Amino acid sequence: MALPLGVVAAIYLTEYAKQGKIVRAIRVGVNSLAGVPSVVFGLFGLGFFVVFMNFGSYILAGALTLGILILPTIIGASEEALKGVPQTFREASLALGVSKWLTIWKIVLPSALPGILTGSILGISRAAGETAPIMFTAATFFTAKLPQPIFDEVMALPYHVYVLATSGTHIEETRPLQFGTVLVLVALVLGVDLIAIVIRSYMGRKKRW
Amino acid sequence: MENAPSDTEIIKTKNIDFYYGTFKALTDITMTFEKNKVTALIGPSGCGKSTLLRLLNRMNDLIDGARVEGEVLFEGMNIYDPEVDPVEIRRRIGMVFQKPNPFPKSIFNNITYGPRLTSTANKSALEALAEQSLKQAVLWEEAKDILGRSAMILSGGQQQRLCIARALAMKPDVLLMDEPTSALDPISTAKIEELIDELKKTYTIIIVTHNMQQAARISDKTGFFYIGKLIEYNATEKIFTNPDVKQTEDYITGRFG
Ligand SMILES: Nc1ncnc2c1ncn2[C@@H]1O[C@H](COP(=O)(O)OP(=O)(O)OP(=O)(O)O)[C@@H](O)[C@H]1O
Ligand SMILES: [Mg+2]
Repeated sequence: MALPLGVVAAIYLTEYAKQGKIVRAIRVGVNSLAGVPSVVFGLFGLGFFVVFMNFGSYILAGALTLGILILPTIIGASEEALKGVPQTFREASLALGVSKWLTIWKIVLPSALPGILTGSILGISRAAGETAPIMFTAATFFTAKLPQPIFDEVMALPYHVYVLATSGTHIEETRPLQFGTVLVLVALVLGVDLIAIVIRSYMGRKKRW
Repeated sequence: MENAPSDTEIIKTKNIDFYYGTFKALTDITMTFEKNKVTALIGPSGCGKSTLLRLLNRMNDLIDGARVEGEVLFEGMNIYDPEVDPVEIRRRIGMVFQKPNPFPKSIFNNITYGPRLTSTANKSALEALAEQSLKQAVLWEEAKDILGRSAMILSGGQQQRLCIARALAMKPDVLLMDEPTSALDPISTAKIEELIDELKKTYTIIIVTHNMQQAARISDKTGFFYIGKLIEYNATEKIFTNPDVKQTEDYITGRFG
């Protein structure tokens, strides 16, 4: 969900906006957002989605918060990818009497897509490992049932590990459970990263300029 | 009507001044380009030839801070009128760049890219158009069996002819060429020169070149530029045998530049 939004923002920043003070200010803002600790996003999510918008502690609130968390990463990755598209492609298309919008849609975006996707997937894998945002917005420490989509509380893997390892009186006994959860988490992150790598190398092979 | 074009002229610039920010790249350029003729623009590096060329189809619009004063009349219409759509202008005034710049697509998709997005031509019409354009650009024999393959596998000279074919597929009236052969070997260059000679039957061609022999060989009229000014504009024969201005002679005979 953050992906289209981030890509649109990046297109605006690199292709349309006049490169002046305002754009630079936005870019600085976006970059510093990327550096903000995730706890802050979690608290923001709690304040905005859970309390203010009255979502309650639900998956939706967690998902939206994570979306905001990875937005700067996606914008950054997309901007880089768009800037990497040779200016000669844009010129070639525009010189044929193709509009700017169609040029972006047909030439610039497809060329930038591998970069956008890999950058974004790495952002997503970061989100998978984040605890704080979900802790505040969506997670409970333990539920026995599988969550119903969207409006239910869930267990977040990292948070689950954290609680298992630190609280309770039977830390030793829960070790296998902890290891199991960590394994799932690591496998998940690795899997997502792997997809990113595969996409990049697959699409990179098609494009040489 | 003051702006009515005569039969022979197609583009006319009137007192053009051009600025990159505060830097004035062209000063008071007034010149007329004739229909179905090849006009060559020559002059030392940095004198503003590319700037003038890109100004004729509003490609300079893309540069931040670029500013034009004066008028460019295309068939009597000022293309810098606020009501004119630059996209429409570029459809009618095509451009070939110094470095071949095919899209990373198949040969077929390169040629049909423009028409597909700007017209309603169906598949068979596009196929016919591709064949016609490739034949015009003398690339058909080499490319007809590999239309589905990436344009990137072509040689530089072939890529440049593909770019010409791609521009021709839009059926423009004018073709602007900015040093189209400077990145090519002599054989490819000769092919493109032959091609230009053939194309002028149908199109008006304005070409920037650093190669004096090339200008002399292929053009009907030649304009000599120096530091943003049009020094002399005359029939090519006259420019190369008996120029009116001393500076022109010095440049052509290689005494400076
Ligand atoms: N985008 C730009 N921004 C600022 N100045 C520019 C830009 N493009 C060109 N210039 C300047 O404008 C002048 C004319 O440049 P132009 O490219 O038109 O020269 P040219 O005659 O085509 O030269 P060459 O033969 O080397 O291609 C040069 O002094 C150049 O430095
Ligand atoms: Mg030039």
